[in-house]
Amino acid sequence: MPTDTVQDAAPQEKTLPTAVTPERLEKISAAAYRIRHHALNMGEVQGQGYVGQALGAADMLATVYGDQLNFRAEDPHWDARDRFLLSTGHYAIGHYAALAEAGIVPVEELETYGSDDSRLPMSGMSTYTPGMEISGGSLGHGLTIAVGMALGLRCQGSSARIFNFLSDGELDEGSTWEAAMGAHHHQLGNLTAMVDINALQADGKTDTVLRTEPVTEKWESFGWYTQRVDGNDVGALLAAFDNAAAQATAVGRPSVILCDTKVGRGVPLLENREKAHFMRIEENEWQICREQLTAGYEGKASA
Amino acid sequence: MSTTTEAPDTAAAAAPPAKPKLKTSAMIASFADPGQKTSNAPFGHALVNAAQENDKIVGLTADLGKYTDMHIFAQAFPERFFQMGMAEQLLFGAAAGLAETGLVPFASTYSVFAARRAYDFLCLDAAEPNLNVNIVGGLPGLTTGYGPSHQATEDMAIFRGMPNLTIVDPCDSIDIEQAVPQLAASEGPTYLRLLRGNVPTVLDEYDYTFELGKAKVLRGGNDVVFISSGLMTMRALQAAKALAAHNVDVAVVHTPTIKPFDAETVLKEINTDRLAVTLENHSVVGGLFETVASAVVTAGVGKRVVPIGLPDQFLDAGALPTLHDRYGLSVDRIVAKVLSELG
Repeated sequence: MPTDTVQDAAPQEKTLPTAVTPERLEKISAAAYRIRHHALNMGEVQGQGYVGQALGAADMLATVYGDQLNFRAEDPHWDARDRFLLSTGHYAIGHYAALAEAGIVPVEELETYGSDDSRLPMSGMSTYTPGMEISGGSLGHGLTIAVGMALGLRCQGSSARIFNFLSDGELDEGSTWEAAMGAHHHQLGNLTAMVDINALQADGKTDTVLRTEPVTEKWESFGWYTQRVDGNDVGALLAAFDNAAAQATAVGRPSVILCDTKVGRGVPLLENREKAHFMRIEENEWQICREQLTAGYEGKASA
Repeated sequence: MSTTTEAPDTAAAAAPPAKPKLKTSAMIASFADPGQKTSNAPFGHALVNAAQENDKIVGLTADLGKYTDMHIFAQAFPERFFQMGMAEQLLFGAAAGLAETGLVPFASTYSVFAARRAYDFLCLDAAEPNLNVNIVGGLPGLTTGYGPSHQATEDMAIFRGMPNLTIVDPCDSIDIEQAVPQLAASEGPTYLRLLRGNVPTVLDEYDYTFELGKAKVLRGGNDVVFISSGLMTMRALQAAKALAAHNVDVAVVHTPTIKPFDAETVLKEINTDRLAVTLENHSVVGGLFETVASAVVTAGVGKRVVPIGLPDQFLDAGALPTLHDRYGLSVDRIVAKVLSELG
């Protein structure tokens, strides 16, 4: 087996929940920092974009790519890989940063983000980018595809797991709940949904657009193993993913990790800015953002 | 409903006893003529046969297994069949997911639900990545008397705009039996306009085999050329026989693949002095007629083409024989139309 994979253990060997050690915390926090840094650089190339979402979701992406997913960086189509499905196509900026962090996309390629002929379009598409499993963007699709993949892999004897990243806005879509029912009906214990609850959608705060709460009770009532955590707390994320992994099985309850996150997390300038789905950042602010990000990360690391 | 064709009984008190009205349930399971040779559930049996050869084939449905002949496959391969419930977005999203793992899904529901309700999922999850997802749509065109909720009169119009999608409109059980393995073998997504239940067997009387992407000349004729697809090819063949009694010699060209369309074969047949008529179980908007018309215009052929198809309107509920006659799909109406065109 190649040595440059994040996790390449035989998937049949079920790993029991391991302790959230300082080493794991440090490793994932550092990865999240780099993902945020990449996202700011990519945002600067475009002059604007979904930087707020990328910063908010960086800890989730770092945890799943850095600690949970079984994949081969040099062979993104490896049959036995775990699948990570990004339904929220506009989060691609964060996903590309995670793919770079994982060694699937070269870091130097990130500067092509959203440019003509780039493999990294503004909205994520499987037909463009290695490691991108589906074309998201039309919201509410990801979990339905994930159900099919989970069924398909299970019936072919694969023990790979399927992770679907979705946003709280996608909980507006009826198809998400069709899929939630389907996953429970078919007992897709190999499926884990991770929902970024940043409480913000295109037209404003989620509770003013279409109230989705109580979210935890909804997923529980659909029969899913449901956890809700601070999605910007790496320790809490690791523990939640460990719990989900511990009960993942070919036939069993699907699991969901509801992650409350903060748009712009890690950059106070953006955290405190009026929240917007599509955040405008002035030309002179990118460097300030990077400096604030680094100061915050180093301050926390040395504390 | 037009009151001129269906006068209320109360208005005819003094009139002689009216012919009993046909019931909607007439022909509910089959549009076969009385005594016609049929084959039961050809799609279900063809899928079972194909699945015996190809272990990647799986089947799924949205609570319409028994009504799309998918139950035959489900009984034969329970471990390769997935019931997705009455959730068409899930049905086709999951079909795409199954195809992503290397399987070859056939996903069935009614055409109205596939085309109208789940379009976005088929378009982006199956067609854009060009996955081998096979859509099986029951009740295409006017094959039910339930009214617009179930009559997919514009399904081909909706689907023709979807890049990568192959569209097949089979005539009979022979077409379906031969098409299924070819759909499984072809790359990319396909849409099959399913004929279910007791499906007429018609094309065995002709020197015919189904070839994906090919139109076939079923019979020659000097006066008229019919270009037809789906069950209208059966009607076209019947009308051609009936027109012979009027000394009208009719050729029939069957075009079961609507997209990609075999324009070469069709143009060769159209570009003659014969009266050219298209026949389809679909709205005259966006289906076979417009496919032929665009091929004719693109080739610069100056030729009039007469459409026989469903009108651009929401259709009545009722019994299929009544409705087919009302909307011009019956053999009698085809014959009358051709005779009037020939003057």
